[in-house]
Order: sequence, then structure tokens, then C-alpha cells
Amino acid sequence: MSRYIIKRVISAIITLFLVATFTFFLMYLVPGGPFLAEKAPSPQTLKALEEKYGLDQPVGIQYANYMKRLLKGDLGTSLKMRGQDVNHIIKTRFPISAKLGLGAVILAIGIGIPMGSIAALNRGKLLDRLIMFFSTLGIAIPGFVVATVLMYFFGVKLRILPTFGLTSPLHYVLPVMALSFYPSAYISRLMRSSMLDVIGQDYMRTAKAKGVAQFKSLFKHALRNAIMPVVTYLGPMLAGILTGSFIVEKIFTIPGLGNQFIGSITDRDYPLIMGTTIFLAFLLIAMNVLVDITYKIIDPRIKLK
Amino acid sequence: MKENKNSMSLQLQVSDFLPADEAEKQGAVIMRESVSFWEDGFRRLRKNKLAMISLFVIIGILIFAFIIPSFYPYTYEQQIRGSENLGIMEYSEQELARMEVGENVFPHFIGTDSLGRDLMIRIMVGSKISLLVGIIASAIILVIGSTYGAIAGYFGGRVDMMMMRAVDIIYTIPDILIIILLSVTLKFPLQKLADNVQGFAWINTVGVGLISIFIVFSLLYWVGMARIVRSQVLALKEQEYVIAAKALGASDKRIIKNHLLTNSIGTLIVTTTLQIPSSIFTESYLSFLGLGVSAPMPSLGSLASQAIGGITSYPHRLLAPAVMISLIILSFNLLGDGLRDAFDPKLKN
Repeated sequence: MSRYIIKRVISAIITLFLVATFTFFLMYLVPGGPFLAEKAPSPQTLKALEEKYGLDQPVGIQYANYMKRLLKGDLGTSLKMRGQDVNHIIKTRFPISAKLGLGAVILAIGIGIPMGSIAALNRGKLLDRLIMFFSTLGIAIPGFVVATVLMYFFGVKLRILPTFGLTSPLHYVLPVMALSFYPSAYISRLMRSSMLDVIGQDYMRTAKAKGVAQFKSLFKHALRNAIMPVVTYLGPMLAGILTGSFIVEKIFTIPGLGNQFIGSITDRDYPLIMGTTIFLAFLLIAMNVLVDITYKIIDPRIKLK
Repeated sequence: MKENKNSMSLQLQVSDFLPADEAEKQGAVIMRESVSFWEDGFRRLRKNKLAMISLFVIIGILIFAFIIPSFYPYTYEQQIRGSENLGIMEYSEQELARMEVGENVFPHFIGTDSLGRDLMIRIMVGSKISLLVGIIASAIILVIGSTYGAIAGYFGGRVDMMMMRAVDIIYTIPDILIIILLSVTLKFPLQKLADNVQGFAWINTVGVGLISIFIVFSLLYWVGMARIVRSQVLALKEQEYVIAAKALGASDKRIIKNHLLTNSIGTLIVTTTLQIPSSIFTESYLSFLGLGVSAPMPSLGSLASQAIGGITSYPHRLLAPAVMISLIILSFNLLGDGLRDAFDPKLKN
């Protein structure tokens, strides 16, 4: 077990290192450096700025400095938001996005698992078809369409839910719904097929023959085994919710990290783009490692290599 | 035979030794007519109603996107003065005046946008761009992924381990982040390349945004394909015909190309078909963020993105591209599932 964890962590570190290196050289590729987008600074100012940020030094040294700062956890300073360092921006913005994301994860699991199980238990009946129809739609409709339609319908037409900002619990309803739309549809499908698989297993028949109550056998035997594939989907789901949050936060004008990231792309605020990318990459990779390890712990059928 | 009352007796009849005629020969054949791989697959596909409907929908969309625009009376960039912000099937005053005189005015089926561009043709061209992105990106992924996976699987051992370790690492890279990063940064060097170096002017016609999307797809998205092809090749390379080919002195390249990849064609088709909607999905996401195709060229994502500002007054402008994207993605997904059941039942789950 510990060997597996060590292997997984090392490969995660390599990935993160690659992402950081890649990010650095991509940013280096931008001609004129990060000041290009600024209102044509005078040569003196440009020189002073370059000296300040160490951009006049050769690439190798710049890269080494950058890596050194990264190791200390320093992600640099934003260009457009004067004097604010990226760490501070992330610290203030990320909790907002994290709350939204957590809400979406809970809602997606809370909808997906029961829906998938109900569909599987009513296989071929109307209820199953209905659930499958909606989950197929859920996978085919892009997130930004879902978000806008929700906003239009509940916020503009019916006027029952706020569509702007994030000041009360009611404000969370629409963005969380929009974020969890795709993952809950996906989990429903996943859960249905794995539940069908489990129901056909011998141990389910044994439980029935022993006289275990149907309710108990469903919860104790079927659900526990059928939930395994959903655990593997947790990693990709987090990535999906994260990327979904970029547009959902933009549409609902939520001051989270996703909105900030999109803003920094439009502003061409390179240090902020770089810092946020590395932070989010770190988050996703760490989550994936965690999910993988949990999966191996809770499912003893998987051989540890 | 009738005279032969006792089967134990040895009264031989001359007629028993006559050569069998054609009809008798046919009766003795217990094999049904041999069915080729393709016939077999299509027979199964035809039975799948959902997949067949999707196939027809896709053909319809292809006609809608690639053929109709060439003789449509409006073009996607044509701005009709005085016809801005028309609703569904509405005419502007000028157009009404022209109709009074008896001129034929082609209707704007789903209205026009704020610059007076006919929305119908923009949806068509947008579908074309989105489909092209999906198909070209999937083709790139197919070529890179299958070659990489086949080489890793065929040579095995240390080569395989090294190559798959690289795949594992690329697999864990958060792709959307890298795509956004690449689209942001690649614009400048590509633009420079198109403007300054001869022979690269085509970049401008295709659009820097599209090129960066393709580059990103070819850098990151082939890993899934490589894994699937590798596992196929690992199983196939133990087959007798590969040993036979080796014994006959076939080169590694020939074995991979003519035997291994050809025999995993079912998997390749299915995976590529399922890759198309996911590429279209990603493209629409990027266009929505303003990182995809560049104006005035429309893609379904950028059309939807432009419509969001005016959602309260013109909801149909968002609805039209959104329905189109969903239809394309849905039909490709269903067709892909059908193809998988028909050509590659092993791949299920």
C-alpha cells in the first residue's frame, strides 16, 4: 500500500513540475513579455519594469528563479491589480468557488446515485426511460446553455431566484444547479449500469434466498458494490466542475476564482493566469491522487501494484 | 432406395454411386453464406433504431451545414442595413417595401442579429465550423493515438513501459487549463508566423484560434486513444497470423500497419466517432470563453456566447445554436454507442 502511495505521489509531483515548466515557457513565448498588453510603456519604464521583475536576465536564470519562488509557494504579483500578489487574490477568491463546487458535488451525488439506482431497479419501465432520457440530454447540453437557460427561466421569467452575486443562501441555488447538471446526469448513467451489473450477481441471489429483506439487501449488498465506479468518477467530476465554474461564475457574476481567471485571460494578466493555472493544477492533481488512493483502500478487490 | 428393404443387406444400387447433382450438393451445405466484417456490422447497426435515427440526423446536419450554405441567398458575414434585430420570420421596412413592388425577398427564418446578419446562415456556417473542428481534431487524435498505442503495444517490454508512463503523466495533466493557456499564448507566435514567414499565410484564413485548438488536441487528447489501441494490439499480436507474417519476413511497420491496426478497425471507428462530440463540446466551451474561432467566422459556441447579452429580448438567438450543439453531440454519441454495439461488442463497459 505505502509503495503505491509513494509511486502515485511521485508521479503527481512530476506532472505538476511539467505543468509549471510548460506554463513558464508558454508565457516566455509571448513576445514583449507580459507588458505587451500595457499601454505602450516608454523604453525607460519598460526597462525598469523588466529589471524589477527580473525579465532582463537569461531564460535559464529566470526559470530557476521562478521555480525557486514556486517552491516557496510564492505565485508572483498581478500586473493589472496593482500591488496585489497572486497568493492573496487566490486566498480571497478561492473559498467562494470552493463553496459552490462543494455544493455542486453534493447535489450531483445526491441526485445521481438515487436516480441511477431507481432507473436500474425499474429497468425497461417508464420511469427508467424517463430518467435515461433526461440524463442523456444532460450529457449533450453544454454547461453554458444550462446556466443561461436556468437564469432566464428562474431569474428573468419567473423572478423567484436571484441571478447576480452570492450574498444569500438563495443566491447559491441557480449556480449550484447549473454546475451539477452534467455530473448528476453522468452519475445517473454510471450508477444505472453498475447497479444492473450488481443486481445480476450471485451474492444478490444468495441474499434473497437467505431471506434478507429486499430493502436491506439493496442497501447493504447492492448499493455498496454499485457505488464503486462512481468513486472513480470523482476525479474527472472535480475537474469538470472546476472548468464549469469558469463559465457559471461568469454568467452569474460571482466573484470567485473562476471568474477571476477568465477576467485575467481577457486582461492578459500573465502572472495571474500563470499563478491560477498552477494553483488549480495542483488542486486537481492532489485531488486525483487522493481519490485514487481512497479507491484502492475501499475496494479490496483491486490488486495493489 | 425403396428396393433396399433391409438396410443390413448388401444389395448395392448403381444409383447410389452416381455423382450428386447441384440441388443435392446445395442441400448438404450447412454453412450460411459467408458474411464480411462490414456486412456483419452494418446488419447489426441497422437493427439499432436509435443509432439509425442518429445516422439520418447526422446526414441531415451535414447537408444543412455543408451543402445548403452554398446556394443560400445570404452569406454569414453579410450585414443587411436596416434589417437589424429582426425576430423570427420578420421583415424589415425596406424589405416590406421591396415586397410591395413585387420583388422576392428571402425570409429570415430565425431573424437577424444586432448587425443585421441573417441568423439561419450563421447557424449553418457555425455548425460547419464546429463539425469541421470535431472531425479534424478527431482525425488528428486518431492518427497520433493509434500510432503511439500500436507501437507501445507491439514492442512491449521496456519501450511499452516508458511510452505508457508518459501517457499516464499526460493523462493527469488538467487539460482544460492547458488548453486555455495555450490558446492565450499561441495567438502571438502563430500570428507572427502567418504574417512574416512565407507559406504560412493560410494560418490567417483558418484562424489562429482554430489552429491553437488543433495543436492542443494533438498535444493532449490522443492519450485515451493510445491506451485503447495499445490494449487491442497487446491481444492481437499473439494471434497466429502475426506470427505467420513475421515468419514470412514482414517488417514491424508492415505488421503494425497491415495486420494490427487493420484488425482493430472496429475499435478505431468507435473511439473516433465518440471523440467527435467531445471535441465539439470543448470547442464550444472555448468559443464561449472567447478563445475559439475568431470573428466574423461563427462557431456554435461563439454564436451562443454572443446571444447571452440579449437573452431577455431575444432568447431564440441562444436557443438556436444551443439546440444545434445538443443535437450534434447527442446524435454522434448515440451513433457511437450503436457502432460500438455493432462493430466492437467487447468494448462495452
